[in-house]
Amino acid sequence: MSPTMAADENEFVIDAEGLTKSFGNRTVVRDLTIRVRRGRIFGFLGANGSGKTTTIRMLAGLLRPDAGRGTCLGYDITTQTEMLKRHVGYMTQHFSLYTDLSIRQNLEFVARVHELPHPRRQARAAIERLGLAGREDQLAGALSGGWKQRLALSACILPGPELLLLDEPTAGVDPKARRDFWNNIHDLAAEGMTVLVSTHYMDEAERCHELAYLSAGQILTRGTAQEVIENSHLTTWTVSGPDLSELAKRIKTLPGIESVTPFGTTLHVSGTDAARIEKSISGLLDGPQKWERAEVTLEDVFIHMMGVAGDGEA
Amino acid sequence: MKFGMWKRTWAMIVKEFIQLRRDRMSLGLMIFIPLLQLILFGYAINMNPHHLPTAVFARDHGTYARTFLSAMKATRYFDIVREVHSDEEIDELILSGKIQFAVEIPENFSRDLARGQRPQMLVIADATDPATIGGPISALRVLAGTALARDMAGPLRGGQGSQAPFELVVHQRYNPEEITSLNIVPGLLGTILTLTMVVFTALAVTRETERGTMENLLSMPIRPVEVMMGKIVPYILIGAVQFALILGAAHLLFNVPVTGSLLLLVALSTLFIVANLSIGYTFSTVARNQLQAVQMAIMFFLPSLLLSGFLFPFRGMPEWAQYIGSVLPLTHFTRIVRGIMLKGATFGDMVQEVVALGLFTLAALGVAVTRFRRTLD
Ligand SMILES: Nc1ncnc2c1ncn2[C@@H]1O[C@H](COP(=O)(O)OP(=O)(O)OP(=O)(O)O)[C@@H](O)[C@H]1O
Ligand SMILES: [Mg+2]
Repeated sequence: MSPTMAADENEFVIDAEGLTKSFGNRTVVRDLTIRVRRGRIFGFLGANGSGKTTTIRMLAGLLRPDAGRGTCLGYDITTQTEMLKRHVGYMTQHFSLYTDLSIRQNLEFVARVHELPHPRRQARAAIERLGLAGREDQLAGALSGGWKQRLALSACILPGPELLLLDEPTAGVDPKARRDFWNNIHDLAAEGMTVLVSTHYMDEAERCHELAYLSAGQILTRGTAQEVIENSHLTTWTVSGPDLSELAKRIKTLPGIESVTPFGTTLHVSGTDAARIEKSISGLLDGPQKWERAEVTLEDVFIHMMGVAGDGEA
Repeated sequence: MKFGMWKRTWAMIVKEFIQLRRDRMSLGLMIFIPLLQLILFGYAINMNPHHLPTAVFARDHGTYARTFLSAMKATRYFDIVREVHSDEEIDELILSGKIQFAVEIPENFSRDLARGQRPQMLVIADATDPATIGGPISALRVLAGTALARDMAGPLRGGQGSQAPFELVVHQRYNPEEITSLNIVPGLLGTILTLTMVVFTALAVTRETERGTMENLLSMPIRPVEVMMGKIVPYILIGAVQFALILGAAHLLFNVPVTGSLLLLVALSTLFIVANLSIGYTFSTVARNQLQAVQMAIMFFLPSLLLSGFLFPFRGMPEWAQYIGSVLPLTHFTRIVRGIMLKGATFGDMVQEVVALGLFTLAALGVAVTRFRRTLD
């Protein structure tokens, strides 16, 4: 039994500060502090190469931080990795179950390594929950990408961890399965499971209790989706009508306009200085296009942040 | 906790077996390579070693005896390492492999020689490895005619070109017909086991790393020792199958007998298999990828092949090479197999080799467990 079970809802299940990691002379994660309370779903966002996987690996005890300290479920991430591995479920970004083992054999292996009672029965139950009954003897390597992800997730949950570290668990998963997955995650969180999940999907980010946006190994902003939007001080206008690509080119360089992004048949025009944007577009409001002040979305915020911080590579 | 360890190890063993079973190609190779090698190498290989350990049972200390012994040394084939005083001592030394030859100078050798009575001198040779003794024995026969020529001037001298003044009786022990395959086949058993066992386990850990499954394995509560045992145990069985195949084929094709205890042979072969699996696994934890692992395995295999006394007589090698050779498991196993199969040696005669194999295994396993990377760094 973990020492944290009896503790109250407010303690931090993930509590790390000053995490730093370099590969060669490149610092990939820099002085990163992260705290997540029990039962919370914490979303980890950031451009490719911004250090999400590296951070998660440090929290899972798979990489040693060069500096900083941290605990997961009260276990030190550098010295108590054995206990950590018993109680933390880590789902890798790339499929890392055995492709030459069948679905059932993979699940049984996980169950046995975790010393679960009745590994066969547990594996069968997991297969039924997955909806893979009848296909359990298929090789894991022969599954489609989305099904691989779903299998990996169920293997990760099988031992009943108290903390889940999920690295892009829904990459390549269809919308219906993604919704099921998120409903499942919320159910688990309601029962006290804590989840750290990295994602590139905005709809998923919105379903997290809390978010952190990582750039070049540092957290640029954090909070609830609402807080992240408010803290960005962003103003967004949407433009619809004819000749949008022509218009986009023309307004990109106007003062105050920091990003112009096409969304289907509309353009999103954003910037942090509302007054300057208004001044810049005042002459265009009577044009053939229709301009509207819009709600700022998370996507606007992140695209804006990527623009400001570069591509996020450390 | 202890119980948990077995559960996790068992999980690993089951997993490895399934993967092994699915890899039909490798499985096939593991069976066909040994048979192919056995048939290919089952015939002949030769060499000419010097400085073979020799014991002398001198029942006569006359001048002729001394002259003959120093002439023997002068051939550089023989190193007189022991003076013995009974036939039993000779038997024991030959059986345990401590000497290659024993020379028995009969009582009143010098006197009988002086009287021209053609006394008999007995030479006992360990013929398990016929390649080793061919040269020395021919040299002895020449010596019998020439060594005493100077001492036996005048009346004692036999007529020019006539027969030697004494009779050389050579007793070859264990393999009197000098059938090379009798010697090669037991050696081949060790060589084949070395090659397959080392290569296959050398891939064990690097395969997980290259396929990306290491990240998942490391994130689970399984310890390095458990991973190691899980990866070694299935191959003990593969090794056992190879062992049975080679031994069976050797018996059918070459009529190689098992003079000693089959059970002892099986037990010590298992030890040898584990020794090789351990070193293979150690390579696996050091290598960064599968190619490096295979290269290391071959780097280990070549000296085993060349310096173990299988391909070239051990005693024919320079001293430094013998030192390297005595670290290698195959050297000890070659002696064990020849000892048990051809000489009928017992456990008592093999203690030294068993200890050497055991120490080697423990050292390799120790290195492997400490080298096993617990993180992805
Ligand atoms: N083992 C390693 N050796 C060297 N560099 C590494 C290693 N692992 C990661 N990096 C580098 O660290 C940086 C951060 O990588 P990381 O995988 O943490 O990014 P990420 O945020 O997960 O990206 P993505 O969204 O593409 O998954 C990258 O530039 C990557 O090249
Ligand atoms: Mg990543």
